[in-house]
Amino acid sequence: MKFDTILAGVGGQGVLSMAAVIGRAAAQDGLRAKQSEVHGMAQRGGAVQAHLRVSDDVVESDLIALGTADLVLSLEPVEALRYLAYLSPDGALITSSNPFRNITDYPDLPALLARVRTLPRAIVVDAEQLATQAGDVQAANTVMVGAASHVLPMPPEALEDAIAAMYARKGPAVVELNRAAFRLGRGAAEAATAGAVEAGR
Amino acid sequence: MPQNILLGDESVALGAIDAGITAAYGYPGTPSTEILEYLIDRAKDPGSPRAAWCVNEKTAYEAALGVCFAGRRALVTMKHVGLNVAADPFMNSALVSVHGGLVLAVADDPGMHSSQNEQDSRFYADFAKVPCLEPATQQEAYDMTREAFDLSERFAVPVMLRLVTRLAHSRTTVTADEPRAENPLRRAPERSSWILLPANARRQWDGLLRRQAALQDWSETSWHNHLELVTTRHDVGVITAGIARNYLREELRDDLPSHLHIGAYPLPVGLIRTLARHVNSIVVLEDGQPFIERQIRGILPGPQHLRVRGRMTGEVPAAGELSPDVVRAALGMHRRPSRSLAGVTVPNRPPQLCDGCPHAHAYKALGQAIAGMPGAMVTADIGCYTLGALPPFSIIESCVCMGASIGMARGAADAGVRPVVAVIGDSTFLHSGVAPLMDAVAANADMTVLILDNETVGMTGAQDTAVPSSRLEAIARAAGVAPEHFHVVDAHPRRVDDNAAILRREFEHRGLSVVIARRECKVAAKRRARAGAAAPLPCERAPQREEVAP
Repeated sequence: MKFDTILAGVGGQGVLSMAAVIGRAAAQDGLRAKQSEVHGMAQRGGAVQAHLRVSDDVVESDLIALGTADLVLSLEPVEALRYLAYLSPDGALITSSNPFRNITDYPDLPALLARVRTLPRAIVVDAEQLATQAGDVQAANTVMVGAASHVLPMPPEALEDAIAAMYARKGPAVVELNRAAFRLGRGAAEAATAGAVEAGR
Repeated sequence: MPQNILLGDESVALGAIDAGITAAYGYPGTPSTEILEYLIDRAKDPGSPRAAWCVNEKTAYEAALGVCFAGRRALVTMKHVGLNVAADPFMNSALVSVHGGLVLAVADDPGMHSSQNEQDSRFYADFAKVPCLEPATQQEAYDMTREAFDLSERFAVPVMLRLVTRLAHSRTTVTADEPRAENPLRRAPERSSWILLPANARRQWDGLLRRQAALQDWSETSWHNHLELVTTRHDVGVITAGIARNYLREELRDDLPSHLHIGAYPLPVGLIRTLARHVNSIVVLEDGQPFIERQIRGILPGPQHLRVRGRMTGEVPAAGELSPDVVRAALGMHRRPSRSLAGVTVPNRPPQLCDGCPHAHAYKALGQAIAGMPGAMVTADIGCYTLGALPPFSIIESCVCMGASIGMARGAADAGVRPVVAVIGDSTFLHSGVAPLMDAVAANADMTVLILDNETVGMTGAQDTAVPSSRLEAIARAAGVAPEHFHVVDAHPRRVDDNAAILRREFEHRGLSVVIARRECKVAAKRRARAGAAAPLPCERAPQREEVAP
């Protein structure tokens, strides 16, 4: 078993903490992992990605090859499309629908989301709305980990525990909030997939 | 044995601690920064080695050299272009007889993710005639760091550990070994071996040249240089260096041709010749410049039967970093299909200054001040403020190397441009700006230096500067800047008009002026707030820093 994920977003959104949670869960689950990150200049509001490779065998390359990613997980819809060439023909794309508009030529959002939804195995989640529902819009990246748990190879409990461990030092209220955000994200991804199946896609 | 999930950089740091270092020094630079950050974090624990950021890579290297001069072990860290700054002590430290282990961890940035060039530090190791180890994995980064200290003491030379971005910034599980104790204090057994007067230097150089044979023998038998011949196949052999091996194994897991992996330099000449006799062509896969390929190829025609392929023949692109796909193409394998969405163009999203960044307010003032002066020229330097090259500012016109803004402004002023403004950050000014400022003072150059003082090393993640911002005035003034043309202003959004007026006045002045635009970096302020209300203000932290400074 190997599972390769490209995590995407804009510098400052929390791409690296999202990768850290999934990497921690993989380690807890006894899997081997390599996680390649972008540090430095790009972290200042630019496009940021992390490659997270998980396997029950040796992971050689720190980078994912084109056309081999099992999942593109994005905190931002434009950023989700930036890494499509990495996605395997039967890979999944899970993205937040919330735009991060810090560029002047940001495309028309409804048209963009409509195009994203035409991709097979694409799931679009209103992460900010669900995070707000959980108690804090800042938990949008936890919502997205929850949505990804729908396709990630480790059990959702392992992911939720990794989130709890990550936020433990911020107190039980923050842990509970993030657990709620995780479950809302997971529920949204399940509902979106069920809806897609019903619609005959 | 304890297991840790570590970045490649952090693996080097832990390896150095377990190798028994007494101290570590460096200057922040992507992708090397996290080595010393890890060590500085650990230095808070009692019994841990000292670790400190220095003013620049040269002073860091010299501090490390001093530790070794006292017989103890030291690590010095920097990015590839930082080694240009430290090249003087580096080249000369190869000639002294190191008796306490000295390891230089240098992180190259193939692909220029966060750098102005992609120079390959292996050329420096070869130039200085010192060994170089190049890890392929985080575990090797840990193990090789430990080994590098032993090698340094065994061969009495500094040892380079060469990293590249993708290893430096990728994390995985690393197993640590039993730590070793630090060395006792011990003076150099032979005093003249550290005094590079010409007569001594000639003897030391002879000694270094004589040791090359022993280094060569070590390289031929090092387990980091590993040759696997496939007896049934002669069409192609592959040479990999460092992380290229990961990409090769990823793409050809079960079908590897004859393969020589190189993780230790000087080059294992015998192993390369053995491979060359066995195959008709060799593909060289190395991240960075064609260091191995060029030496194999030489100038005179080689054996007729052998073709060497790599960056110099175009099978591997001449520029840019390796990736699984670059290696795939070099091996003649097709590109895999992927998902795509026709007709969708994804806009670029370059990095930009944070919301509310004080540099933005300073650039706004500068923009107002030079408005209507089409002859104005703005040289700049290396840091977050280099983003002033991009919209919405588009105001700076150069970025070459640390400190060049001030030296180039002086030259441009001498050439007849006016007004000339040199934009430089506080840490870059301390790093390499003071010396050219002295030149400018000596010439009373007709220029203005605008120091953007955000009280931190911002771009690399808000490290403390070697000395606090409160001392900048004294340093600049001591260089001889006239008090009436020296200003410290607040880079506050509400002060933009006032600051623009001050700059404008100084542009009209025929002579040297210095304006410090000060306001703390947002990232640093946030970090300080997170560290707790008990953390002292930056200007009050100075005495503590001096405690740990070299």
